[in-house]
Amino acid sequence: MANALIRMPKTAKRGEVIEIKTLIQHPMETGYRAGMNGTLIPRNIIEDFVCTYNGVEVCRMKLSSAIAANPFISFFTTATETGVLFFRWTGDEGFKVEETVSISVA
Amino acid sequence: MSLGSAGHVLLGLLVSLTAPALAQAPGERRSGYHDMSPSLQAMQDDEIANPGMLWVLDGEAMWNRKQGAAAKSCADCHGAVSTMAGVAARYPAFSGANPRPVDLAQRINLCRTDNQKADAYPYESKELLSLTAVVTRQSKDLPIAPPADPRLAPFVAAGADLFTQRQGQLNLSCAQCHEDNAGRKLAAATIPQAHPIGYPIYRLEWQSLGSLQRRLRNCLIGMRAEPYAYGADEYVALELYLASRARGMPIEAPGVRP
Repeated sequence: MANALIRMPKTAKRGEVIEIKTLIQHPMETGYRAGMNGTLIPRNIIEDFVCTYNGVEVCRMKLSSAIAANPFISFFTTATETGVLFFRWTGDEGFKVEETVSISVA
Repeated sequence: MSLGSAGHVLLGLLVSLTAPALAQAPGERRSGYHDMSPSLQAMQDDEIANPGMLWVLDGEAMWNRKQGAAAKSCADCHGAVSTMAGVAARYPAFSGANPRPVDLAQRINLCRTDNQKADAYPYESKELLSLTAVVTRQSKDLPIAPPADPRLAPFVAAGADLFTQRQGQLNLSCAQCHEDNAGRKLAAATIPQAHPIGYPIYRLEWQSLGSLQRRLRNCLIGMRAEPYAYGADEYVALELYLASRARGMPIEAPGVRP
């Protein structure tokens, strides 16, 4: 089970720009490295990160082999209404982590 | 301008021309944190950006998990993990009837084998690093405080000897870099004073958390010396000497280093 950390404001004013920071545990094995026996270690990376805000996509990121282990992703969005932000990381070897965080907008 | 002050200026100029400038004053103890870029410092300071916190989280979950034939969790004996505040600051230390001092990771494994009746975790395993990280985190900002145990003295002395002993094909000692040339450059990197206050650290080069023993192995390999096996007495002696040298410095764990 991979750990994911998300930090964002619990409350915000309508129209306020909020910063969302995420950190997830993942080896991000590039697929280009050779193991002890000289054969390539199979690629194992997160391929896709998506965040939706009450069902509306606010951030999507395609990740590649060049990204370091334990990717830290931060982005901004506008607080429009009270609701739920949904985060999903998917990748090789069936990797899938989902988290939800609620926000109340006044 | 009087002749005296002009003389001082000239003397100052001569000194600055002849002695290569050090990033730190001689005798000043300084964490490697201060030699990092502001963005790396921010990465260490921000709990959401510091990847070492992922191991701390894992360690927190493990703290409450029942383990081994005794089906006991760490919390069953120790209570909340916050009761571990100050523990990491004292290690390495003697524990029970053990004839030699042990470092924190070895102490955790002693708890596993003696009290939980479980197998010891391998060195540098995710589990051992996570438990070490969560225990050390409880001592964040507390000063390194090696115990005043006279039995430790010979081991600290052995560590001091190792620190100043030339070894490897490059015929270098730890002290030649980390005391004589601390603050100067080794290629692009600033040589730190080697204070063990951020361990276990998240090293960007490792893309992972790692122990002080792993870092010591790195240095030995860099000196073209044969590294001791994990858990060797030499490491514990060096860890003890480094702790005595860093006495009073605040713990930063989990540190982030390039």
